[in-house]
Amino acid sequence: MTEPLIFEHSRAGRFARAQAPVVREEVELPADCLRAEPPVLPEVSELQAVRHYTRLSQRNFSIDTHFYPLGSCTMKYNPRACNTLALQPGFRGRHPYAPASHSQGFLACMFELQEMLKGVTGMQAVSLTPMAGAQGELAGVLMIRAYHHARNETHRNEILVPDAAHGTNPATAVMCGMKVVELPTDADGDVDIAALEQAVGPNTAGIMLTNPSTVGVFERKIEQIAKIVHGAGGLLYYDGANLNAILGKVRPGDMGFDVIHMNLHKTFSTPHGGGGPGSGAVGVGARLQPFMPIPVVGREGDRYRWQDEKDLPQSIGRLSGFMGNAGVLLRAYIYMRMLGQEGMRQVGEFATLNANYLAARLKAAGFELAYPRRRASHEFIITLKRMAKDQGVTAMDVAKALLDYGFHAPTTYFPLLVPECLLIEPTETESKEALDGFIDAMCDIMERAVRDAEHLKGAPWTLPVRRLDDVRAARQLDVAWRPGSVDA
Amino acid sequence: MSEVPSELKYTSDHEWLRVEDDGNVVVGVTDHAQAALGELVFVELPESGSEVAQGDACAVVESVKAASDVYAPVTGEILGVNEDLADTPEKVNQDPYGDGWLFRMRLVDPDVLGELLDAEAYQALLDELD
Repeated sequence: MTEPLIFEHSRAGRFARAQAPVVREEVELPADCLRAEPPVLPEVSELQAVRHYTRLSQRNFSIDTHFYPLGSCTMKYNPRACNTLALQPGFRGRHPYAPASHSQGFLACMFELQEMLKGVTGMQAVSLTPMAGAQGELAGVLMIRAYHHARNETHRNEILVPDAAHGTNPATAVMCGMKVVELPTDADGDVDIAALEQAVGPNTAGIMLTNPSTVGVFERKIEQIAKIVHGAGGLLYYDGANLNAILGKVRPGDMGFDVIHMNLHKTFSTPHGGGGPGSGAVGVGARLQPFMPIPVVGREGDRYRWQDEKDLPQSIGRLSGFMGNAGVLLRAYIYMRMLGQEGMRQVGEFATLNANYLAARLKAAGFELAYPRRRASHEFIITLKRMAKDQGVTAMDVAKALLDYGFHAPTTYFPLLVPECLLIEPTETESKEALDGFIDAMCDIMERAVRDAEHLKGAPWTLPVRRLDDVRAARQLDVAWRPGSVDA
Repeated sequence: MSEVPSELKYTSDHEWLRVEDDGNVVVGVTDHAQAALGELVFVELPESGSEVAQGDACAVVESVKAASDVYAPVTGEILGVNEDLADTPEKVNQDPYGDGWLFRMRLVDPDVLGELLDAEAYQALLDELD
């Protein structure tokens, strides 16, 4: 059964405090300040509002309720302890304008977080200030631009982006006034080195690379790539949106990268997927350190303080009113302290083990891996082009069918270079039983595709809302409720 | 099996060109491209009168699956665009080689047409993808 809109529960004159009568005071306002019509708001009791939103929340597919193998998104369990500890009154009550002398505890945590992230990534310095992954990317490319400009090489305006990179990378480059030069990927998922050698030149500002890439494999020629790009005078940008696969194993700094952004909300324990808040902390090598976004936490003796324009006069500047999302940064700090070095290594090991287990079992069951000769990293791709051709059952049909089995669908149709693909990322926090359940469901779907493709194309069958008309939804983008806009 | 009309020229990016009697060309995306993209929900077209170089991203076709750039198959001037697609992008799906055309161009150098794929070569490319 579908849940009606909150507006459909509405009855004229009903309001939240109906059971606690209050005396309404008439406030005298000038006539020209009064609106002629009351605003269109739902008129419901408090209990109706509570039930409505509780029912909706119970229908959510979330990490707390379902296996959620949404590739490229790292939907892993975020330990409750991280949230509880970040909510301690001393942290929660601290005003962002509080002087450094009143904020030594918080600043100490932030300083240590910077140090731990340096250790994990192999970079020289870290700024926590970007508010989200996209802003971290922006900061990274702005630093690359500032570096070239400081050397009077303002003509360097080309950013190389492999077609296996995150889709945000070309967008970021364009936002920074750069021209995007796309690099092809070879049949095993590595960057095409011959094409790279062709593409670099006197205008090369840098390369944006995700490693492991969005095709779920580790870029084996990274040292060669670093040499070619550095040789041409360009810098290397690491999209560290997800560090799960490499945590405690390899470090971007050691691979030759000059700058990295890290989505701390993904790898380091903040629930995400709801649109924020996030954190896109950036790490830099020596060349880019002068250009870091401010503020950065510095330590002098046993005291901590904000470093700003005076300390970093070449900084690309501030990215927000304060210094990033304090709550997300605290959760990341607590998570890293909880895990320690050993725990972080295990994150990398179990994330890749789970992905490789799933990949091997699905392959054995007859699913086609997009890169069969490669070991998976934290995620992998299967292509359903055979099923689409033979039975007319597409990746989207399989994704919808998985909902009926109680699994959130993997990422569909991304990356674009693999046809009819599912990008599957189990994460390190899933048990073998959960993975086996997913494999059983996939095998059942495969069998149903042969036996009764039509039924599969109608999935999901068991959810309150059935297959949506996503074409109509996109063409008629009309989501605002108005009186009379819902069919009775 | 997608349709590949024999009288058209093609690019490896799944675009087609038809040479008109006046020597100008009409450009669109192939039947294979529209099928791979799925139902289109939005088409962004270049401005008439703009100059584009071969390989420039000059239009965008967006489906429920993905948004893809359309590259200028040749260097030249955009003479006109298919205004109907603003309200009915589905024409690209329904009739990719007819009512679903994207834009018309004046060629700078007619010789480049010889470098494009003919129907046979494009069909071979599709067979390879399969």
